[in-house]
Amino acid sequence: MKHLLATDGLDPAFATAVLDTADELKHTLLGREVRKLPTLRGRTVVTLFYENSTRTRVSFEIAGKWMSADVINVSASSSSVNKGESLRDTALTLAAAGADCVIVRHPASGAAQRLSGWLADAGTVVINAGDGTHEHPTQALLDAATLRERLGSLAGRRIGIVGDVLHSRVARSNIHLLAALGAEVVLVAPPTLLPAGVESLPVTISHELDAELPALDAVMMLRVQAERMTGGFFPSAREYSIGYGLSEARLKLLPEHAVVLHPGPMLRGMEIASAVADSPASAITEQVRNGVHVRMAVLYHLLAGEGDAA
Amino acid sequence: MSPRPRGATEPAGERELLSAGDVARTIARMAHQVIEKTALGAGSAAPPVLLGIPTRGTPLAVRLAERIAEFSGVRPPTGALDVTLYRDDLRRRPTRALEETQLPPSGIDDRIVILVDDVLFSGRTIRAALDALRDHGRPKAVQLAVLVDRGHRELPIRADYVGKNVPTSRAEEVAVLLSEVDGTDAVLLRMEPPQ
Repeated sequence: MKHLLATDGLDPAFATAVLDTADELKHTLLGREVRKLPTLRGRTVVTLFYENSTRTRVSFEIAGKWMSADVINVSASSSSVNKGESLRDTALTLAAAGADCVIVRHPASGAAQRLSGWLADAGTVVINAGDGTHEHPTQALLDAATLRERLGSLAGRRIGIVGDVLHSRVARSNIHLLAALGAEVVLVAPPTLLPAGVESLPVTISHELDAELPALDAVMMLRVQAERMTGGFFPSAREYSIGYGLSEARLKLLPEHAVVLHPGPMLRGMEIASAVADSPASAITEQVRNGVHVRMAVLYHLLAGEGDAA
Repeated sequence: MSPRPRGATEPAGERELLSAGDVARTIARMAHQVIEKTALGAGSAAPPVLLGIPTRGTPLAVRLAERIAEFSGVRPPTGALDVTLYRDDLRRRPTRALEETQLPPSGIDDRIVILVDDVLFSGRTIRAALDALRDHGRPKAVQLAVLVDRGHRELPIRADYVGKNVPTSRAEEVAVLLSEVDGTDAVLLRMEPPQ
């Protein structure tokens, strides 16, 4: 059974196939009258979200519906999870009810991996839509799709990931995927916001944003995740912004062709200046648009073919 | 486009049905048939749109359009229509990569659309193409042109323009080679599909 749980260890050939498919899907859906493909007719896809989300949940739902799958949304706050049902029992219930695919977001790192074990017998495909501070593979894929679109190939490109790397599953997924696709990754963050064991990741590390910007082909700004912060990671929001926020002045340090990404939701004025987010260098709305096509491609590669394809 | 001498370089279990020269002549004949059947150049009606089905239908559609332009003075718009997402056998096979879909800017609404493919076999690809077309617009009429019709239809579908009818057994494989994709032009009949 195929799942998409992480980009760490993901076959680069699979990642490239997904990106190529997403590209063709975007192309084929452009300007057509009926934006619906019959490919996943009769397949049932459940989104199981234990955390808040707008873009990920919505784009998975749209992706499923455009491929003609039946999409059902379950959120923890309005389901039996509220009555104390465990993740395992909830998942088994969904599988028993006929879900072919469960797309899960959970605050605990490793939740998607556990789920795939529990659902192995049922033959249900599991897609990780973000687990704690671990991974968010479809976000990394849509970032890669956006970068490919703007920069051509990713091979040899230098990509900066800036900010709260410690709490960011987006950063972790991007580090592995970008490295697998041949890009060079630079992490720029205060020492307090880098995870333990960062030396073992395929990255270079910097604490000076201004020094890195001129050599970057793209810069990915991360949201400061206040909801996961229990201690003092930096003196004040203002100080963080001065050190690591992408201001208009810093935008000028980037090369002309460089792309600005943000996985959203953005805190304008904190990690990214409003004018930068709306500048031509910014690909933030393209990221959301590509998110739908990339998730369609993921569903296609995991659900359309014969059951146990390699 | 080096022509293969008949019977000379063929591996065992493989027979040449059409040489490079035959392929060119066949496409030219089909072009004349299209001009006649669609009354191209006679009235003010818009020329048909030629949509190739990837992989080899796409260059075939372009070649057919070039011949039609040569003979009638009107070059029909061409494009590509990938039908992978509309196939009915997706769940029986490993996931396939998608190929390019590219419709001409003129669109297909109220035009005659000619689907172009290399080999007509079960008819299931054409069924998928008809479904795909419906999502792209509403043509005035849809016709089908194939280089080789090898029989064994599983659906009530027939071609309007056939380059060559070849009676085959199901164990055989018809391979169309085109220089754009394969580096050479030929149609081969293989006795057993290579495994």
